[in-house]
Amino acid sequence: MSTATIDLAHDHDHEHHGPPKGLKRWLFSTNHKDIGSMYLIFALTMLFAGGVSAMAIRLELFLPGLQLLDPDLYNNLVTNHALIMIFGAVMPAAAGLANWMIPLMIGAPDMALPRLNNLSFWILPAAATMLILSFIVPFFPGGGTQINTGWTIYPPLSVQVGMSMDFLIFALHMLGISSVLASINIIVTIFNMRAPDMKLTQMPIFVWTWLVTAFLLILVIPVLAGGVTMLLFDRHFGTSFFNAAGGGDPVLFQHLFWFFGHPEVYILILPSLGVLASVVPTFSRKPLFGYSSLVGAMIAIMIIGMVVWAHHQYTIGMSLGAVSYFMIGTIIISIPVGLMIFNYMATMWRGAMTFETPMLFAVGILLMFSFGGLTGIMLAVVPADMQYHDSMFVVAHFHYVLMPGAIFGLFAGVFYWLPKWTGHMYDEKLAKIFFWVNVISFNVTFFPQHFIGLAGMPRRIVDYHVMFTEFNVLSSIGAMVFGLSHLLFLYIIIKTVRGGKQAENKVWEGAKGLEWELSSPPPFHSWTTPPKLAAS
Amino acid sequence: MSSAAHHGPNDYYIPESSPWPIVAMLAVFFMLSGTALTINEVGIGAWMILAGFSLLVVMFYGWFGQVIKENLSDQYNEQVDRSFRQGMFWFIASEVFFFLSFFGSLYYIRMIALPWLSGEGYLAESQLLYNQFVADWPTAGPEELGGRFKAMGAWGIPALNTLILLLSGATVTWAHWGLKEDDQKKLVWGLAATIGLGLLFVVFQVYEYRHAYHELNLTLESGVYGSTFYMLTGFHGFHVTMGAVMLMAILVRAIKGHFSPHNHFAFEAVAWYWHFVDVVWLGLFVFVYWM
Repeated sequence: MSTATIDLAHDHDHEHHGPPKGLKRWLFSTNHKDIGSMYLIFALTMLFAGGVSAMAIRLELFLPGLQLLDPDLYNNLVTNHALIMIFGAVMPAAAGLANWMIPLMIGAPDMALPRLNNLSFWILPAAATMLILSFIVPFFPGGGTQINTGWTIYPPLSVQVGMSMDFLIFALHMLGISSVLASINIIVTIFNMRAPDMKLTQMPIFVWTWLVTAFLLILVIPVLAGGVTMLLFDRHFGTSFFNAAGGGDPVLFQHLFWFFGHPEVYILILPSLGVLASVVPTFSRKPLFGYSSLVGAMIAIMIIGMVVWAHHQYTIGMSLGAVSYFMIGTIIISIPVGLMIFNYMATMWRGAMTFETPMLFAVGILLMFSFGGLTGIMLAVVPADMQYHDSMFVVAHFHYVLMPGAIFGLFAGVFYWLPKWTGHMYDEKLAKIFFWVNVISFNVTFFPQHFIGLAGMPRRIVDYHVMFTEFNVLSSIGAMVFGLSHLLFLYIIIKTVRGGKQAENKVWEGAKGLEWELSSPPPFHSWTTPPKLAAS
Repeated sequence: MSSAAHHGPNDYYIPESSPWPIVAMLAVFFMLSGTALTINEVGIGAWMILAGFSLLVVMFYGWFGQVIKENLSDQYNEQVDRSFRQGMFWFIASEVFFFLSFFGSLYYIRMIALPWLSGEGYLAESQLLYNQFVADWPTAGPEELGGRFKAMGAWGIPALNTLILLLSGATVTWAHWGLKEDDQKKLVWGLAATIGLGLLFVVFQVYEYRHAYHELNLTLESGVYGSTFYMLTGFHGFHVTMGAVMLMAILVRAIKGHFSPHNHFAFEAVAWYWHFVDVVWLGLFVFVYWM
């Protein structure tokens, strides 16, 4: 797309602006790279926390009958797994990539509002503490019941849960504050901090995906905040928003929740699909196919994605007109999403491809995310969904969407930019082993769940019929390998941070973009002078 | 496009590292966890709220004080000013959607949920539970939670409050004109009038709530009408109060002479916020009080 020439003469003036020493560097940071690293470390920690709860769930489901977990604890773990993975792992990891890469990619010295940036990050550990409190409180005398609602916290059940639900509600508020502040910062950075001659239409697609994601966050997170606030008032102050006896409607909460919850899926996936737009052209050694159609597809996903939320609620008894509308809208979304997939495939077409780890993950995404998309179309069809609803099929579907769609994209991004961040090459051989173990065990875990779901095994229930045993055993074995494989990921990261072959400025032969013009690792203040673009 | 082009290459401004984000995080954490404990009748919660709120006040004073100092010592450039402006714009956008969740709920309850509850349409199975119920707005639902009540009329205090807020929107614009003409007196009196009108609005609202509780038996527990009424007007009243506090800070700064005709982002940010609160009220007046 474009290359940059930098005037290095000015860099000396800024050498005294090195990082502050000690704890202050991290607590009081105004540096996008330090904050980005903190986001990524936090996300990795939460990935393991969410992973441990997932492995506990799969251990329990290894055999029919009750093995390890009390049913309420099981339900609580299901709730926590979802919340930790969505709000603790994927969103902060994507925000970490945004923090690191957006200023580098658009030629900015830092984010537009660096102090606000630090606040956005540091609210997260506090919110995680609240989530942990919501988990711990029921173990104390008088602490009330555990959260057995699932992450969707539907009333009336969520009105009956004890004190821990209040901690969860406030944790969601804090996570929301963090996301909205981060999104404001990202939008302002993109609009206001680009290199002087970089047009919006010259930005890397990763930056575009985050622009769209940040819009979505600003529009839908406040609606979730409103919804859980009403829930709080129903629980403690006698209001009747979700109580039919007072003229309210529990279904109202579902509408509010999914007005947030469905765009949230795109919030999780779009940044990862943006990573692909950097990875795929690099390792195909070809320019990205169809830049403007990718941008258009994203904007279409944003707009349509905001008006199809009720496909999560087909079975609640909506009118025929309403379900028809939501069905058609949902199926229409597969057009722009498919377009993005085809753009990446066309980029690969006749390219001189090599398969370094980021590219392996990219190909994995295209295959498995598309598969998740196809089961999504099955679920979008109302009469079919009446059968699939709340079965393990749904679990298989959204794990095929979110693991490859979101987390594999993040892995691809981490391996792609890790040499740039640390200045060291990662161990390619180990990383490839990680990819294959990870991707195979992922499929062993979730592929059988399609079958047991179609055969009638419900989700979110601690026990199951003996006829589902074999597939569940297989799935649980896969899950153990899958969970443990992430220790290898951790090892590779630590090893790369501590040392390794020195990375060049331009780590990958076919890479394009401003971030490769800076040293590896980049200077403390990324671009002290606006880089000049020369259209190539 | 960018100011950087006019000022030379070293134009970017990056603030020094700052302790205030951490203080803000602690303030939010103590206030929210304290609230969670208080509403479950755990005694220590109230102290945590107090600690969190004190930290919040200190944080705003310290953080904004630092920003004001940096601004007055001329460290900022046009780009920073634009970042602040755009940031405020998107913050208000998120607030708009927060209120939309409540307006949307009101719409859903009145247009979809209540007709079903009254037996309209083929999906209305609620007739099994509430056979005779016919929903006329306002309603406290089939079980009349909170007892019989009277709805709040539109043409008494609410209409007066509409006029007050519209007038305050005019006075804050008048103050802005004063600022742009470098007319200190016009600026200060315009702001003072706006704050006075804002506080008058809040006083009337408190009076209205007292009237509703004591004479109309309209409470937060009065079914879904009471819920939506108090939630919407309550959050709006809270925002007016916050807006008035922000205006007071701006008034103090205006008296100190912090603003110039070309450098007064803080004034404009608060004025935008005030207009936003104003527009939300118009929505409230039409959909909560009037229709």
